[in-house]
Parts: sequence; structure tokens; C-alpha cells
Amino acid sequence: MSDYNFAYLDEQTKRMIRRAILKGVAIPGYQVPFASREMPMPYGWGTGGVQVTAACLTPDDTLKVIDQGADDTTNAVSIRKFFENTAQVDVTECTQEASVIQTRHRIPEEPLTEDQILVYQVPIPEPLRFLEPRETETRKMHALEEYGLMHVKLYEDIARHGHIATSYAYPVKVEDRYVMDPSPIPKFDNPRLESAAIQLFGAGREQRIYAVPPYTKVVSLDFEDHPFEQMKAEQDCDLCGAGHTYLDEVIVNDQGGRMFVCSDTNYCATRCDAGHRGRLSPEEDAA
Amino acid sequence: MYVAVKGGERAIDNAHDWLAEERRGDPEVAELSLAQIREQMALAIHRVMAEGSLYDPDLAALAIKQSRGDLIEAIFLIRAYRTTLPRIGYSDPVETGSMICDRRISATFKDAPGGQVLGPTFDYTHRLLDFKLVADGEAPVADSAEPQTENIPRITDFLNRDGLIQTETPSDATPPDMTREPMEYPANRALRLQALTRGDEGFVLGMAYSTQRGYGRNHPFVGELRIGKVQVEMEIPELGFAIKIGEVTLTECETVNQFTGSKTEPPQFTRGYGLVFGQSERKAISMALVDRALRWKELGEDNMGAPAQDEEFVLSHSDNIQATGFLEHIKLPHYVDFQSELELIRKLRAEAMAATQKEAAE
Repeated sequence: MSDYNFAYLDEQTKRMIRRAILKGVAIPGYQVPFASREMPMPYGWGTGGVQVTAACLTPDDTLKVIDQGADDTTNAVSIRKFFENTAQVDVTECTQEASVIQTRHRIPEEPLTEDQILVYQVPIPEPLRFLEPRETETRKMHALEEYGLMHVKLYEDIARHGHIATSYAYPVKVEDRYVMDPSPIPKFDNPRLESAAIQLFGAGREQRIYAVPPYTKVVSLDFEDHPFEQMKAEQDCDLCGAGHTYLDEVIVNDQGGRMFVCSDTNYCATRCDAGHRGRLSPEEDAA
Repeated sequence: MYVAVKGGERAIDNAHDWLAEERRGDPEVAELSLAQIREQMALAIHRVMAEGSLYDPDLAALAIKQSRGDLIEAIFLIRAYRTTLPRIGYSDPVETGSMICDRRISATFKDAPGGQVLGPTFDYTHRLLDFKLVADGEAPVADSAEPQTENIPRITDFLNRDGLIQTETPSDATPPDMTREPMEYPANRALRLQALTRGDEGFVLGMAYSTQRGYGRNHPFVGELRIGKVQVEMEIPELGFAIKIGEVTLTECETVNQFTGSKTEPPQFTRGYGLVFGQSERKAISMALVDRALRWKELGEDNMGAPAQDEEFVLSHSDNIQATGFLEHIKLPHYVDFQSELELIRKLRAEAMAATQKEAAE
């Protein structure tokens, strides 16, 4: 891979992406069009996040890549390897050690710091897309701050189901201006969109970049009488006993037996190492 | 325990090894050379170059070999490689009027200056499997003639002379470059044609076919279809003039479309245009039909709500690399979101059941 430039993209392209990132940071929640490149992994597999990461990385950075909260899911492994090969940066699974974290579908449980960049992979950046498929229309709606349609949708959910029936990619309003799709993170993660870290969102196929700068106000859309609710499985983690983390449900046998474990694998492992125990933790060695 | 499994990295390596072995197939069978693919799978090469937006038959052959004949995968390889190439400059527009034609036909006139040249076409072959090809065949030799080197006039120019066809206004404006700028709607015609020429052959064909069946019908005739080589020239600033830097094979299609006139335009013929790398007349004709359908606004036609008239719909979904990537990404783990949905469904169901029970009790 040594024939390629640092972090794969040529410097011109990285400059173009950095400009888009800066514009995104200057207008929190606004989707900045950028001339997304064809990457050596498929569209829809994190090409937006990869381009943003490539534009942010320096040789001194330490990179962490997660998918579904886990460092060892196949696509996370693949993207991490890509940057190991093309940028020779240090990689880590430890959230605190990373200076750049690329993620798909989760925000790490460990609170992030001002020294960190969180890069999200975004499939459909437009929160209004499934209400209005046309880009020409949705851009107008954002320009005019015309978000009535979104509120009607949420209201209809309540009228029909008693609840807002959106459990992930739950729309937020950023700094009282733009309605933004936080990417398909579970709505459990939404409160952590207000963060000390800089958060960058890359949608490669849809050619959009947007950003939430540190300490920016991010409000999940709701109604006074139907306030936003976080949601997770009611159990505690069966490995580390945590009751405050987002859990995956794993089917463990033919009888439909289940266990619940932290989706953030690094967080869970760190807790286990610190001596926390859950329902199904292995017995301590009887030394 | 399932969740303790950390196998992602090894699984990927093993998958790649297996894939490499499968790609080669039975080692008892001779390996394909790039030259064999380039020479004997020429139309596959042409499709990969057209939709990969990179004219290089040898690279296309490599991509086809590497992708085990999956052409969309091959196109993907070419596109990804293309990203890494620096942009040195832009060539002058190619002059298809001076194309050295292998094939040139018009459906609108029985004969025309320049003549009808069938060229190497499948058109009148009977589609019977030729079992002679199973055995090692000899290399067939066809009669040959000197190629026409003088410019072959365009059929549409004859119509234009009589004012029967809408005149295209020439422009020196620099066309947008969709590989360097994000797509924007509404798109001008140059941008639409760029998107169509690299669009998926099957998609563009389907869209074109839909117009023929009545979804935005625009009565096309193939005014002219020509396939052949054109020179590519580039201005070299240090020299102050253009020099030939290479040759490309192109397929060009101009359709002549019926038009009864509108509020702004008198009755006249109108045009659709297709231009594609390589020999690909299915794609070039399809492109011309879709181009024409997308021109409804500038010609003052009615929007019939047909899919092929909808620029944003057509152009947003024509790229097979975008489409296949997004379609196939649903194979990736989504269990975090699915968990969220599970919790929601359980909650909604519990409430609905409770309400039903309460009703029954009352």
C-alpha cells in the first residue's frame, strides 16, 4: 500500500474535505455538500466516515474503530486495518487512549474529552428523507426552518402507538436551528450527543458532511407532555453487571435462552478487569 | 461463550484466502491472461471502462480477472483506483464528426452520405449456440476494406439545415465535473449526460424502456448511431497548441424525437443524445432516450409524472456502485438498532395486550 498517499486520499482531496468539515463546524447541524470520492470499500460501509477520518488523521494520532460498539466486528476490523496500512497510525481498542474514534451506530459509554474526535458513519444524512424523498425539497425545508412535517410525524406516532415509534436515528435539533440525523445510533445514546469532543458526521454516498462542535446544545425532538425517553433493555449486563449501559441481547441456546451484554465491548472488558461481575461471569479461579 | 469470541480479524483473512483460491478455479485449467480477457471479452471491457469512467482496457481486464467476472465489482475496482489518480488536466472536446467509424447506421433514412455501415454487430445473427466454439476454433478472418477517413456528415445536420430539428446552441461554458463537485439539483444537461454515461447499463436501459412503453413517451427514432475511434487532444500550455494524446473507441447515438410543439417551441424534431466509452450501443441508445425524457422542462412539455422525467429520481439512482454498496450494506451487523426496535416492539405490545385485557374484563 506504500504507493498511496498518507491515509489514502491525495492532499487536494483532504483539503477539500477539511474545508467541508470547517464549514460544518461553523454551522452546527448543517449538511455541507462535498465531492465524496470513491473509496476502496463500498458505499454504505463507512466511506463518509473513512474520508472524514482520513482528512483528520495525523501521523501522531491513535485511532479506534468500532461498529455496534465493538472493536472486533468485521467492518470495524476492516476499516482499522485500512488505516493501519495506509496511514501507519497507532490503533487502540481503549476509548481513553484514542485521539480519533470512528464509529458506526454507537457512542462509546466512556465520556469523551476535548482532545478527542468522534467520527460517525452516516447512511442517510437527511432527517427529513423518509418524509420527503426529494433533496431539492428538503434543502428548502431546512433553509426555511420548516420542520412542521417532522413534528406531525412524531405526533402521529403518539396518536397511533402512544409513543414516538422511533428507537434509533432519533432526530435532534442542534443549537436551536437545524434538525439533524444523529446517524443510526440507538436513542439511548442521544443525550451523549452533547459532548466535550468534536463530533463529525460523514455520509459518502450522499456526499454530505456535518458536525456538532464541543459543548453544542443538542435536543432530541419531543413534546412537553411526551418528553424524550432513553430506552434500553431492563436487565443488567450479564458479564460486568452494569445497569447503566446499552445492552445487546444474545440468544445463547436452542431453547431461546438469552443473555444481555454491554454493546461497548471495551467498556465492558474494562469493568470486568476492574472486578465487576455479572450474572453469567465465569467463576473466580479457586486459587 | 458467543460474545467472548474475537474472531473478526482471522475470519476476514481466511475469507480472503478462500476467495483468492476460488478466483483461480481449478488449477488444472489454464489461467486466463489479461490479454485474453482484453481481446476476447472486449464488450465486458468496454462496459467496465464506461461505468468505471476510466479508459484503460488493460486495467479493465485486470479488474474483470480479479472480480471473477462480476462486472459491477470490476467497475468498483476501477472507480476506487481512479480516485487515487491525480487530475493532470482536461482534454479538448472530442470531435465525433471525424470518428473513424466501424459502424454507422441511420434508421431515419434509407441511405445517406457516408452510407450505412453495419460493422461487427450481433444484430442479424441468429441466436443459436455455436457448438463449433466449444472446440479450439481457428481464428476467423473477415474481408476488409480501407476505412473511410473523411468526415462522415451527421444525419441530424441534414434535418437542421431545413430547420426541422431543434438547434442545439453551442456553448463554451466549462461543464461541471461530477467527480470533483457534489451533485446538485436541478442539474444542467451536461451534468445529466455525465451521470448517465457512467450510470448502470441495466438501470438506464430500464428507464429508457419505460419511456417506450408509455411512461413519458417521446417517440424516438435512431437518427444515427456510430461506433469508432476518435482522437483525444489536449492543449499543452508550454506548446501553445493541442497535441494528440491518444485514441478512444466511442459509441454515439443521436435520436430524433417527434415533437408537436409547445407554448414556447414550434413543431419540430427534437434530440436525445448518448455517448459512451467503448462499443455499447444498448447503453448509448438508452442514454439518448433518457436524456430526451429529462429535457421536458426546457422544451415546455408536460410533466407526466413518469419516472424517466424525474431528474432527481433518475440521477440519484443510476450509479451502480452507490446502489450496490448501499444495498449490500444491510449485510453488516445492525444488532444495536435491532435491539432498540426489539425493546420498542415489546413495550408497544405489552401496552396493547394490557389494553385488550382491560377491555375484556370490563
